[in-house]
Amino acid sequence: MKTMLKNLAVGAVAALGLASLSPVAKAEDPIRIGSFLSVTGPAAFLGDPELKTLELYVHQLNENGGLLGREVQLVHYDDSGDASKARTFVTRLLRQDKVDLIIGGSTTGATMAAVPVIEQARVPFISLAGAETISTPVKKWVFKMPQSDRQAARRVLTDMKERGLTRIGLISGTGGFGASGRNVTLEEAKAMGIEVVADETYNPKDTDVTAQLTRIRNTDGVQAVLNFDFGQGPAIVTKNYKQLGIELPFYQSHGVASDSFLKLAGDAAKGLRLPATALLVADTIPDSDPQHGVVTGYKKAYEDRYNSSVSTFGGYAYDGFQLAVQAIKQAGSTDPAKVRDALESIQGYVGVTGTYNLSAKDHMGLSYDSFRILEVKDGHWTLVE
Amino acid sequence: MFSEFFQFTFSGITLGAIYALVALGFTLIYNASHVINFAQGEFLMIGGMGTVVLVGAGLPLPAAMVGALVLATVAGILLHRLAIAPARDADVVTLIIITIGASIFLRGLAQFFWGKEYHALPRFSATESLSIGGATLLTQSLWILSIAVVLVVALAVFFSRSKLGKAILATSMNKDAARLAGIKTQVILGVAFGISALLGAAAGLIVTPITFTAYDVGIMLGLKGFVAAAIGGLGSSTGAVVGGLLLGLSEAYTAGYISSDYKDAVPFVIILAILFFLPNGLFGSRAAERV
Amino acid sequence: MKKTILMSPYGGLLLLTLILALMPLAVSNDFHYDLLTKICLTATVAVGLNLLVGYAGQVSLGHAAFYGAGAYASAILTGQYTLSPMLALLSAAAGVGVLAWLVGRPILHLKGHYLSMATLGLGVIAAIVLNNEEQLTGGPDGIGLPPLSLFGHELSVFGEYQFAGLTFTGVELWYLLAAAVLVVAVLLALNIIDSPLGRALRALHGSEIAAQVAGVDTAKYKLRVFVISAVYASIAGSLYGHYSGFITPTVASFEHSIELITIVVLGGMASTFGVIIGAAILVLIPQFLTDFQELEMVVFGAILMAVMIFLPRGLLPSVLQRLQRGAQ
Repeated sequence: MKTMLKNLAVGAVAALGLASLSPVAKAEDPIRIGSFLSVTGPAAFLGDPELKTLELYVHQLNENGGLLGREVQLVHYDDSGDASKARTFVTRLLRQDKVDLIIGGSTTGATMAAVPVIEQARVPFISLAGAETISTPVKKWVFKMPQSDRQAARRVLTDMKERGLTRIGLISGTGGFGASGRNVTLEEAKAMGIEVVADETYNPKDTDVTAQLTRIRNTDGVQAVLNFDFGQGPAIVTKNYKQLGIELPFYQSHGVASDSFLKLAGDAAKGLRLPATALLVADTIPDSDPQHGVVTGYKKAYEDRYNSSVSTFGGYAYDGFQLAVQAIKQAGSTDPAKVRDALESIQGYVGVTGTYNLSAKDHMGLSYDSFRILEVKDGHWTLVE
Repeated sequence: MFSEFFQFTFSGITLGAIYALVALGFTLIYNASHVINFAQGEFLMIGGMGTVVLVGAGLPLPAAMVGALVLATVAGILLHRLAIAPARDADVVTLIIITIGASIFLRGLAQFFWGKEYHALPRFSATESLSIGGATLLTQSLWILSIAVVLVVALAVFFSRSKLGKAILATSMNKDAARLAGIKTQVILGVAFGISALLGAAAGLIVTPITFTAYDVGIMLGLKGFVAAAIGGLGSSTGAVVGGLLLGLSEAYTAGYISSDYKDAVPFVIILAILFFLPNGLFGSRAAERV
Repeated sequence: MKKTILMSPYGGLLLLTLILALMPLAVSNDFHYDLLTKICLTATVAVGLNLLVGYAGQVSLGHAAFYGAGAYASAILTGQYTLSPMLALLSAAAGVGVLAWLVGRPILHLKGHYLSMATLGLGVIAAIVLNNEEQLTGGPDGIGLPPLSLFGHELSVFGEYQFAGLTFTGVELWYLLAAAVLVVAVLLALNIIDSPLGRALRALHGSEIAAQVAGVDTAKYKLRVFVISAVYASIAGSLYGHYSGFITPTVASFEHSIELITIVVLGGMASTFGVIIGAAILVLIPQFLTDFQELEMVVFGAILMAVMIFLPRGLLPSVLQRLQRGAQ
């Protein structure tokens, strides 16, 4: 049929590398970066800063002459956190908009729904979602920016162990992020000899979790509590935690690593710890730190432009975009296979989230110590040495 | 042992009081027009977000609260005037879809103009919580509960004593007869929507110190409010409060004693059981179907 | 006014088949086929739901539960029990039918908003179960499904197939399959509406008590149509699961239930072809609204309200009515 022949023809041309034989004609075309993010809906606090970051840096790149002498165009659709919509929009990006590369997927569900379509279309994809399944096992065309939730769990549990806390209570949201976080925490704890003595959940939209926290508090021998979730739920958990007067050491996940969490939770957040990237402590990070320049630069650019504070999630989009730019430069073209190979070969890229060492075996490229343990002191994030 | 029970009960009362206030708004509109207003949750959002935004614009808290209440009331009257009144002869389901459209519209406006972030408001009392029998109760829960009781009483007085209230009741019982008796039924219905919106916004405002607020809080609160109103028996103010408390307590006890995974499912099972035996809810009138 | 063949229900079916058959001429890429396939599958659910809501007057706010049950049953049966997709689809439909029969018996005694409430509750419970039973369902992050296979031939969205010297892509074949399913679904629905069951349902919609007095066993008929509409949803859900290859609990969510009922009311209750138009609109609208970006919700809400206010009987019936008036 007609469409198939057209696809075949395009594929054949690309395969023979004929496209690169006519650079003059191509220089006119913009480079098209596709993106699908949860800009509205329950995961809006992920998608919103991610989109803002992409728009900011695409604009900046074009101001500075674009990429490979071509303009960069961002084609974006809002999946509102719905996996089925994400799949439709990815199909649109690939079949209709014919984008050269995709950055997106705020949530794991949206990312995973898009993966089969993307793998088949053979276009490089940089996911901004957290769960381990995205990059383990490695999928040829799929890369992932955030550390896995398993690494976050391991980082927290390591800190607990160093403080001699080996019997813990876990409370997690029933959404994708919380449920996946709960699973990996249970597994990692077992491997590290930490006992999870209480295991409670709540709906991310809940307005009161004192019943669950009471159960944890009344469990014999519990020494610390970890709340694994993102969004406003953890702020409610934190408030209830203080309201019940629980004195045990309290941990959150990287899912609330933003200043807006502190604003919501108020003084109830005092003393809690979480794993986060250097971005949150950009103001106090020593100049000698390799990430110093990049985190302060991103923070300033974002906050000047949008008048709201940076979050870890926007940082993923920053890193994803910079890696994409670097890979396209390195490949010298937008040929998908070359860009993919270039992405896979990136070593030692110092980003907002951490230092990326990508390889054929590792499409995420961060080690777990890119997470730093922060503690809330006087209403601010501070580095725990 | 007992302190645990107290804690679950307090948690349930806090939740229940919130649901009860939402349910009251449903009840009022249902009584007046037999419409299930799925945009009721959005009035709560306007109450909370409106206050936050006005405070952000530099207004003192009390003035911001009044401003948000006025805004919501106007939204309620407009909702009736522009969307419900023109479709008054439409099917019940059609009206439901109109209110769903209205809720998406209002949520969209709030998201566009007020942003997507979550916000908090300060609690009303200086003390945060009281300790009773080894359990803690938020002072804000007491505020919510007492305001709910005051509103129920006020609504009861309003409907039985005031002329306006009686006119609303008459309109709800028989629109044509009310019109013949000289009642301007469309104006009356508009008033009912306005009051309901005011009620919803007040609820949204006083629960914000506990629940936080954002452009999309109306979805969950609206849904729970509808459920509470239905358990109580649509159209009964007492039923709305009892239904709300029952829903909140069953959620808290389920989370506390059974399983937090199924905390949201168990109340629905209870509700289905209640409806099985009492098909018109706890306090619902056994309205005869007209042939 | 003359009643042409196209105005009769079966004429409508002919027209629908013709439109679906000619669609490929209007289509220029795989993305369009993707949308068309979605429209056909969504319309199939809506045609079933319309039997319940439009003809019998029983409002369900939890219908996505049956759609989700079908999709997840297919995922679990093909994944963990290695059933063939067709066998899984049929078992799922049978299972969902039995489930609907079991839950329908008690809740269909309820009336009006209480029935809405009860169906809503069932929907919420179903969504929670899918979300929580991670071992089986993969939890909130979802679960994958293998491609559909028909009589031993795999039908993958990404495949290429030869028939009688012609080459088809998987996307094109999927569209043909979904369109065929829709045509069969409409044919069955038209038969049901024409049958004694259909007449009983319409009597019931008019006034349940009057129907009872006239000797119609209303409970029996309500239950039957409830089960039928659930089976429609289950089959469409299973097919969607195989088509998309990946599903999350949002397929069974409250929001999806609301979307389904909106399709029925928007397109036109008790109008089988109206709800197909409703399905097409609800699938296409988000694609057109992407240009509005942040104002997408505002525009969608406004459109929904405006259509329901100005065309309260739904798009197709209201438009047909006006055309008739104009012709007179």
